[in-house]
Amino acid sequence: MFAITIVLAIPFGSYIAKVYAGEKTLPDPVLNRLDKLLYKVSGIDEKREMNWKQHMYALLTVNVVWYLLAIFVLMNQSWLPLNPDANPDQTADLAFNTGISFMVNCNLQHYSGESGVSYLSQLFLMFLQFVSAGTGMAAAAIIFIALKNRTTEKLDNFWALLVKSCTRILLPLSIVVGSVLAFNGTPMTFNGKDTMISMQGDTVQVSTGPVASFVAIKHLGTNGGGFYGTNSAHPLENPNYFTNMLEMFSQLIIPLAMIFSFGYFLKRKKFGWMVFGVMTAGFLLLVIPTMVWEINGNPALGKMGVDISSGAMEGKEVRFGSAASAFWSIATTVISTGSVNSMHDSGMPLSGMTQLLAMMTNAFYGGCGVGILNFFIFIILAVFISGLMVGRTPELFGKKIEAREMKIAMIVALLHPLLILAGTALAAAFPEITSGSLNNPGFHGFSEMLYEYTSSAANNGSGFEGLGDNNPWWNITTGIVLILSRYLPIIGPVAIAGLLAKKKFVPESAGTLPTDSATFGVMVLAVIVIIAALSFFPVLTLGPIAEYFSML
Amino acid sequence: MKTNLLPAIRLTAATLVLFCVVYPAIVWAIAQLAPNQGKGEVIASNGKRYYANVGQQFTEDKYFNSRPSAVDYNAAGSAGSNKGASNPEYLQTVKARLDTFLVHNPGVKEADVPVELVTASGSGLDPDISPAGARVQSARIARVRGISEKTVASLVEQHTQGPLLGLFGPSHVNVLKLNLALDQLR
Repeated sequence: MFAITIVLAIPFGSYIAKVYAGEKTLPDPVLNRLDKLLYKVSGIDEKREMNWKQHMYALLTVNVVWYLLAIFVLMNQSWLPLNPDANPDQTADLAFNTGISFMVNCNLQHYSGESGVSYLSQLFLMFLQFVSAGTGMAAAAIIFIALKNRTTEKLDNFWALLVKSCTRILLPLSIVVGSVLAFNGTPMTFNGKDTMISMQGDTVQVSTGPVASFVAIKHLGTNGGGFYGTNSAHPLENPNYFTNMLEMFSQLIIPLAMIFSFGYFLKRKKFGWMVFGVMTAGFLLLVIPTMVWEINGNPALGKMGVDISSGAMEGKEVRFGSAASAFWSIATTVISTGSVNSMHDSGMPLSGMTQLLAMMTNAFYGGCGVGILNFFIFIILAVFISGLMVGRTPELFGKKIEAREMKIAMIVALLHPLLILAGTALAAAFPEITSGSLNNPGFHGFSEMLYEYTSSAANNGSGFEGLGDNNPWWNITTGIVLILSRYLPIIGPVAIAGLLAKKKFVPESAGTLPTDSATFGVMVLAVIVIIAALSFFPVLTLGPIAEYFSML
Repeated sequence: MKTNLLPAIRLTAATLVLFCVVYPAIVWAIAQLAPNQGKGEVIASNGKRYYANVGQQFTEDKYFNSRPSAVDYNAAGSAGSNKGASNPEYLQTVKARLDTFLVHNPGVKEADVPVELVTASGSGLDPDISPAGARVQSARIARVRGISEKTVASLVEQHTQGPLLGLFGPSHVNVLKLNLALDQLR
């Protein structure tokens, strides 16, 4: 399954590179017209070149517009159309959190889809799933363009990159995936809840809706926000093992393809393979132990004498089993999707640790576009450190890396641990406010808080869902973390790339440190491991590691 | 900011139409060709309609029991228990479920009870149990219904769905379909 995705990601990466380079592609005859129409209606001159600052102004402006609209829709959904289940308005703090978290591609959901939003809100959130993924991809494309071997300030047009990401990459795939899901039993209807009487005679309401279209983009855009409360564990959102594979493919394909497209775009395929190698090594280091722990099952239940050969099944679905659920839990946390097909809160303690580590590094594959941005920071750090080690000027693609770029890179790299640790420390410092929202006692309860802030800072959106998170404390604090952890890690890397693009190009020579070699790959991996280990080991010992030892 | 604001608003309006109206309309139109017009897979039996993929609560001894659920199979919502693996209160709950199961299924040993029969699913609406989870209930079903264990065993066999293409995923039994078949025996 994973292998098929990689094989398909390579040609798709070449397609993405062509899209951003403005070269001819297969769907041009249709999509050229659609794009032209969008530019015309919006009054956009797509040929106007922007520098990195103009790009960021445009990006932030359009995000503010989306956010204000989101708040309006969520707080007025009760009387707006398409609300067959008569769901109430969201409160101000919940709408604040929901609006931000969908705008920043996180989809931390402090509500349940069945009762917390109307169909209109669902459709609007689906709109945000498209454009927030497009925003991340457009930002990555700016970096691609800036790193080409030349000296320039002109980095294409933000609107064009955004529109192309949405119409040429996300939309066609979403239509295909959504249709296949509908044929496999995922509902696609605008009727309200259906009533049925069970075989034992209970009257049960079944929540349906336009689920198939939502689930397709939630994965392709690595958003992860579920139509239903339990996300892809819900039997209508993810009806069988085939749809489980399809949804896994959907969330992996664009992040993987972006890596290869990075290589194609810069005409440095070997560099793309280096990035892919490092990311895959990190992914496997996390996913393999997690699968082993989940397949081995919960020893505390084993002691009771039940047969735990099928694994740790609390919070998991029989049709997926423990292996596929464990694989998903790491894929969704490394890629910043945050959709779940099992409840992470009920996994084994050390699986909780690997899920946390996946989000703490946040650079193995990573979300649509932003994975490349995060990884770019680690590349800059690795170039600098290895430059110092061998006594050469740090250079990347013929551009010198100097103090200013390094400062930005360090700020972005340290922001992530700062937000996670400060948030968790703050929550732990006010037990009179936060302890009531915990679903589990002891070390595991601490992990629930840690997970919530890690998921927010990584813009991931999964959760230890036992946490009672729909109250002002969680809505507001995680909302603030979400904003900071989305826009600074976009602006930082784009600024570095923009600054590098302006610099004089120094042709590579024998004195240049090659950045596409395996040695450099090991260096990048080491930088990631050191930063993650130094920042997060202490806090992990307080949560999952302590829980693990308490169970021995 | 000013140069961007107007294009931002106009582009938002245009893409809203594309992604909130055109895109769902295309998927909806295609879904009309799908089984049950994209309203989810439905089984009709004895004038009643059931959602094949939405699990139901089965606690009576004459039916194969479904898994425990944190929402009692109320499909208006969905939730897992979200209990941590080491939570003492949770471990007591599981022990109580196991004891109850053993009372209802005399002669069954603890080691024969697969773990999913005493743990809650992720969605609270899991439609399936494992083949082992069905087999361990077969003796009870046969006794309560006064039919031979062989008949029950072959019914379980018939309703076991193997891995996808014989390769991917665990074998599982849809509890609703199995219980419908049980009722049709008579």
